[in-house]
Amino acid sequence: MTFTATPILEIDRFSFRIGPKEILRDVSFSVAQGEYLSIVGPNGAGKTTLLKCLDRIYRGGTGRITVFGRPLNGYRQRDLARRLSYVPQADGRVFPFTVEQFVLMGRYPYLNPFSSIGCEDRRTVRQVMERTGIDEFAHRKLDTLSGGERQKVYIAAALAQGAEVLLLDEPTTFLDYRHQAEIRDLLAEVNRNSGVTVVAVTHDVNRAAMDSHRIIALSGGSVVFDGTPGEIMRPEVLQRIYGTPFLLVAHPQGDVPIIAPQMPREDER
Amino acid sequence: MRTTTILATLAILALVAVCGAPLVGGEQVSLGALWGDAEAGQLKILWTLRMPRVAVGFLAGAGLAIAGMAFQAMFRNPLATPFTLGVSSGASLGAAVYIHLGLAFSFLRIPGESWFAFAGALVTIAVVYGLARAARGASNVTMLLAGVAVSFFFSSMILFLQYLSDLTRTFRMVRWVMGGLDVVGLDSVLTVLPFVFAGCAVVLYFRHELNLITTGEELAVARGVEVDRVKFVVFVVVSIMVGAIVSMCGPIGFVGLMAPHICRLLIGPDHRTLTPATILFGGAFLVLCDTVARTVIAPTELPVGILTALLGGPFFVWLLLTRAGRGDWE
Repeated sequence: MTFTATPILEIDRFSFRIGPKEILRDVSFSVAQGEYLSIVGPNGAGKTTLLKCLDRIYRGGTGRITVFGRPLNGYRQRDLARRLSYVPQADGRVFPFTVEQFVLMGRYPYLNPFSSIGCEDRRTVRQVMERTGIDEFAHRKLDTLSGGERQKVYIAAALAQGAEVLLLDEPTTFLDYRHQAEIRDLLAEVNRNSGVTVVAVTHDVNRAAMDSHRIIALSGGSVVFDGTPGEIMRPEVLQRIYGTPFLLVAHPQGDVPIIAPQMPREDER
Repeated sequence: MRTTTILATLAILALVAVCGAPLVGGEQVSLGALWGDAEAGQLKILWTLRMPRVAVGFLAGAGLAIAGMAFQAMFRNPLATPFTLGVSSGASLGAAVYIHLGLAFSFLRIPGESWFAFAGALVTIAVVYGLARAARGASNVTMLLAGVAVSFFFSSMILFLQYLSDLTRTFRMVRWVMGGLDVVGLDSVLTVLPFVFAGCAVVLYFRHELNLITTGEELAVARGVEVDRVKFVVFVVVSIMVGAIVSMCGPIGFVGLMAPHICRLLIGPDHRTLTPATILFGGAFLVLCDTVARTVIAPTELPVGILTALLGGPFFVWLLLTRAGRGDWE
């Protein structure tokens, strides 16, 4: 499946530095409406920084970023939040807000400081909680949830924001198999049925190849690969990205090969 | 709903405190005096002495509590207080300079001590913000460290002034730092009121933003909050409010640190309900402490700053123990 629709995110020769260190260098790519794009690459390649620059959590940088045809810097943060929403990497620090309170905060771009939260906001929140299956623990406190439950709540809050693009930073990294599958199904469903564009940073190239339409690899702050899952799943391509040898095997159910873990060398066993 | 019940209870508590406290004291005033049904002497005591004092106490308590709440949320730091950023030591230094120079004036019926203290507070606010700005980005840690450094610097200068001054003046400085609500007349009330009103209004206006900032600044930005602008406005308006309160009443401790925590334990972290709860609780608490302070060793008065922690500390520990396991800060 290829996307010929007009791109909704265009990144054109974007560079970004923190202090003297150049984190992103001449990054160019675009994302089409409805696309599921994964961003992979070694640690410190600038993946998270790129996501944060797209959502203007980090400001500055050189080059051009265009969001829905308008330059990123022309947006008020509130208006940007109606277009893009961001799901951060899970960190331990949470306040004891209830799940419902937290998801409700996703409606911030639509709230008026002088009135209380409206029926429409509450309805959206209820729908999102049902859809993500978190309504059963709507009144539990965030700090009592497991990692998997919490991740669903974060995604639900991002969906409540009503944005057309979801930016996710390692959404499944710390989760067990069942929760990984649930998050994956949720993202696939949102992408397919609601046409929400997904841009996800991940370390799991196997999953990225199965879930995404397209994959981008960053290394040392530059785009070193931009192509289809079939194209990235080649030992020489992967080795160029990660600088370590790869072993690929056929998947019993699909035609794109998968990465098999290397056996320890004979003398190490 | 439970939150409504808690808010209603706090509102009743505040009302009882504000109406009841002025009746208590060396001279008992009958309940009827509240609606003018008493002899002239009692009415005079009630309306020119006790009511202003209770009103200033309520405003100061509410203001300090809301300031603590806002700073704790903004810096995501449970130890933040209205004084963390040095406002109170700046104000105290201002007052100490006034006392050391042996000045004695009043302007617009506000004592010169308060003017000097307020000037000290404003200078501190500018210095702390300037330092944080100069260190690029005004991050939480830089800002807190700048506040602590300025605090220590000013405290040393106060000690220096005390060392230079004679015994009477030194005693006045020490006494000022203990804080007290010994105000007379309606003027003090009208002076503090606009500051506290502005502070509470700004914090209430930004209730959604404060909620989001406590969940993490980056997430708040992603949800559409202009975090830097919100933090700047809250910092400036709330600090000026604290400066005004401290100039009038001295640095009354504990209310600003603990009242928000107590309210969080009672009603949860949502600033939509936490803010009114903290205003009511902080105000009522300081009025209560002051009532004890001026009656417990009558006819002499204790500085209220001594009593706030003496009374509030055990209560807070009791709440912590009975409501353990719902810790709100990691």
